[in-house]
Amino acid sequence: MASWGEASESRLIGKRIPRLSGRDKVTGKAKYTFDINRPGMLYGRILRSEVAHANVVGVDLSEAEALPGVKAVIQIVEVGNKIRYQGQEIAAVAAETDDIAKDAIRLIRVDVEELPYVVTEEDAMRENAPQIRDDWAGNQSNPNVREEGDINAGFEQAAVEVEATYHTPVQTHVCLETHGNVAEWEDEQNLTVWASTQGVFGVRDDLAGSFNLPVNQVRVITEHMGGGFGSKFGPGVEGRRVAELARITGRPVKLMLTRKAEHLVAGNRPSMTQHVRAGATSDGRIIAYDMKGHGTGGISSGAGFQAPYVYHVPNRRTERVNVAVNVGNQRAMRAPGHPQGAFAMDSLMDELAEKLGMNPLEFRRINDPSEVRQAQYTLGAQEIGWHRRNSVPGAGKGVKKRGIGVGSGQWGGGGGRGTQARVTINADGTVEAVTGTQDIGTGIRTAIAIIVAEEFGLAPTDITVKVGDSGPGLRSGGSGGSQTTPSVAPVIKTAAAAAKQKLFERIAPQLNAPVGDMRVGNRTIYVVSDRTKTIKWELATGQLGMESISEGGEWDEELRQDRVAGTQFAEVEVDTETGAISVIKIVAVQDCGLAINRLTTESQINGGVIMGLGQALLEERFMDAQTGRMLNANLEDYKVPGTFEIPEIKSIVFDTHRKVTGVGEPPCIPTLGAIANAVYNAIGVRIRSLPITPDKVLDALAAEKA
Amino acid sequence: MPDKEKKTGTNISRRSFLKGVGTGTVAATVAPSVLIGSEKETEAQAGDAVASATIQLNINGKPYQVEVEARTTLLTVLRDGMDTSGKNIDLTGAKLICDRGECGGCTVMVDGKTVYACMMLAMDAQDTQITTVEGLADGDDLHPIQEAFIQHDALMCGFCTPGFVVSSAALLSENTKPTLEEIKVGLSGNTCRCGTYPFIFDAVKSASKKM
Repeated sequence: MASWGEASESRLIGKRIPRLSGRDKVTGKAKYTFDINRPGMLYGRILRSEVAHANVVGVDLSEAEALPGVKAVIQIVEVGNKIRYQGQEIAAVAAETDDIAKDAIRLIRVDVEELPYVVTEEDAMRENAPQIRDDWAGNQSNPNVREEGDINAGFEQAAVEVEATYHTPVQTHVCLETHGNVAEWEDEQNLTVWASTQGVFGVRDDLAGSFNLPVNQVRVITEHMGGGFGSKFGPGVEGRRVAELARITGRPVKLMLTRKAEHLVAGNRPSMTQHVRAGATSDGRIIAYDMKGHGTGGISSGAGFQAPYVYHVPNRRTERVNVAVNVGNQRAMRAPGHPQGAFAMDSLMDELAEKLGMNPLEFRRINDPSEVRQAQYTLGAQEIGWHRRNSVPGAGKGVKKRGIGVGSGQWGGGGGRGTQARVTINADGTVEAVTGTQDIGTGIRTAIAIIVAEEFGLAPTDITVKVGDSGPGLRSGGSGGSQTTPSVAPVIKTAAAAAKQKLFERIAPQLNAPVGDMRVGNRTIYVVSDRTKTIKWELATGQLGMESISEGGEWDEELRQDRVAGTQFAEVEVDTETGAISVIKIVAVQDCGLAINRLTTESQINGGVIMGLGQALLEERFMDAQTGRMLNANLEDYKVPGTFEIPEIKSIVFDTHRKVTGVGEPPCIPTLGAIANAVYNAIGVRIRSLPITPDKVLDALAAEKA
Repeated sequence: MPDKEKKTGTNISRRSFLKGVGTGTVAATVAPSVLIGSEKETEAQAGDAVASATIQLNINGKPYQVEVEARTTLLTVLRDGMDTSGKNIDLTGAKLICDRGECGGCTVMVDGKTVYACMMLAMDAQDTQITTVEGLADGDDLHPIQEAFIQHDALMCGFCTPGFVVSSAALLSENTKPTLEEIKVGLSGNTCRCGTYPFIFDAVKSASKKM
């Protein structure tokens, strides 16, 4: 049975290893799609709608086409078609410089007939609201109703009840490298695309389909990628159109979205509003849960969220609808549906516990079926100093009040089949690992090197890892859902083991030892039963001559595990005069399975916590009901965490077993509830709508006084 | 639902022109140039003659002759510029991220001070010494802050990293022993979305010990 071996036997796996791409990234040498400059390259731009809903009556490209330096103008929306949200693509241009491209799109004239629109959920759900989708009466999908147990019987057993409404607004991904591509046709039948994507093969297949080409005549390259968070899977409109511009002009074209377009059309996390009534028994069991909720995923997408979440609720009824608005669609965003669900559930848990007069942590212990989280509660409580929390919320003295809260989360992250890889040992002793995954910043490149180096007794820097290129035809899935490492690592491990076996077979006669008795370590192959029999790595591989060893691997589910649990504790300080909230410390206890690289795993946890912090305290997409436009489609007014917001973060890699699990999404989930509960513990007034901004704090404090 | 008639204050038709991206200009056919957008037109009109000139820039100790328009930013020259011999400058370490001086992705040093290269016109950068992230290392010897970023994993996707590296180097050149608070202030002009901040702080502290 395949295994990663014991921790004591691991020289590299589980240690803190700096990532292989570090040097290129700190010197500016790392080339992202945005940095690709091809000979003769043109610059593409897209004209987007500034209106939210309209019929297109006319499009005039002639002035743009006549501008010197413009090489191609293409119309994307047809006359007679509808524009359904701000940012929708109207036309695209390719020009000699980016400035000329910018000039050109301003010369395109679009004649539209504006239609009534709704851009907020409140407006969309209002009686007599303009109907923006023919298939959704009242701009709402049919309710999705689920029932389990007997909710009425449940409420009869309840000693206490809480009824509350929780809300999280739309959040945007804010990938620092915007979506975009560089497209270049070698000839009419062969296309190369540098793509800022989480899935080179997905982009390849989509473009091959769009241009009616065999998949092996489209090559997609993503050497480095500047953030995706779930929003960068397909080529998108911009990817297909840049390939078209390149085909028309016969020149390479680069087209990256503007920061504004990135907010408008490149995805977002849907909003959530849930009205919950829940009951608990006097001995502290949640017994009944009745939730009616909605959210918007934009003009034609859903808004799923988890409710209830994590804790066991025997009797429950949930009813959800999706609301359509004239705004760009949502896309998967780091743990889709989980953070918002966790915020509502963890807030509810604390409210129930308070009504019962129970310690919120004890209440969780009673209702949480996860053994892993039970252990994490103990560890996290110690780390944060849970005993220091206010036993009476808001009881702290002074203007600045501190509080402590807890939140929980869970995720899958078990990976799956669909990765092909080759590990090659060359005669000169060099080693290559090639696979079609892509390093979106998580450090999979380094994880691959660690696995191969561990197997061969080499250093990670001895391994050349080639990822982010569909060219070699070694397929792998998209990097999302925390699936990358558990999908890729087992294949690399078995490929490396197979290559090592082949090398041993070649060397065995010379060492006069059975293959099973051979080991490799410290650049030397040796025989366990007779340590005098050794051969240096390069001498061994030198005998391969023209026949280098190249082996594939198999995904092996014994090498990975699904489902992870996480718990976080937050300490905050709230200034009751200004409403400002400072997060003092977050303790993140994250179930990680086997961390291939502890250093980059800690980075993932830090990053998840910080993204969760942003959602809890800062981030919100503002739509203007009057103009139908997004008001904060930039980085000044759309607030993401900066240096001043960063608390002390204690990232605890909670690795209880030796199987690989992905950890990209889970650490961003428990943060919201932990912070919201800590704010309540500090000020004694609950804020049920994220982000918890100073104005909400002051309003809540004022309402409490009044 | 907003009412367009009310918004424009005239009894015009809903039929309207939509002109240009980002300009927010929507003009009605029967009432030309009625602006309903919230964003003001500030850029030169498309197609206007744009003055250009050949200038010299000193980047990472090397002189470059480049032809630029009046509107060309320093960042555009570094990333997309060509010297007069037709060679790409291709210093793509500095990134355009927010395009308006908010995120620090394009941070470079001009005469030793950090500058947002997206906010500086190339013409204004004449007669200065420009240092980009590519110019921090001494040949193969990395600047201590670069080493520290690698060792502490102060980067994930790495897109903001060049800006943070330059800002950190500038901070350490002014204050060799910054406190955590001083590091936060010194790097407050830079934004990371992956959430590398804690390890960036560690890297700056660690590098400060070697300065």
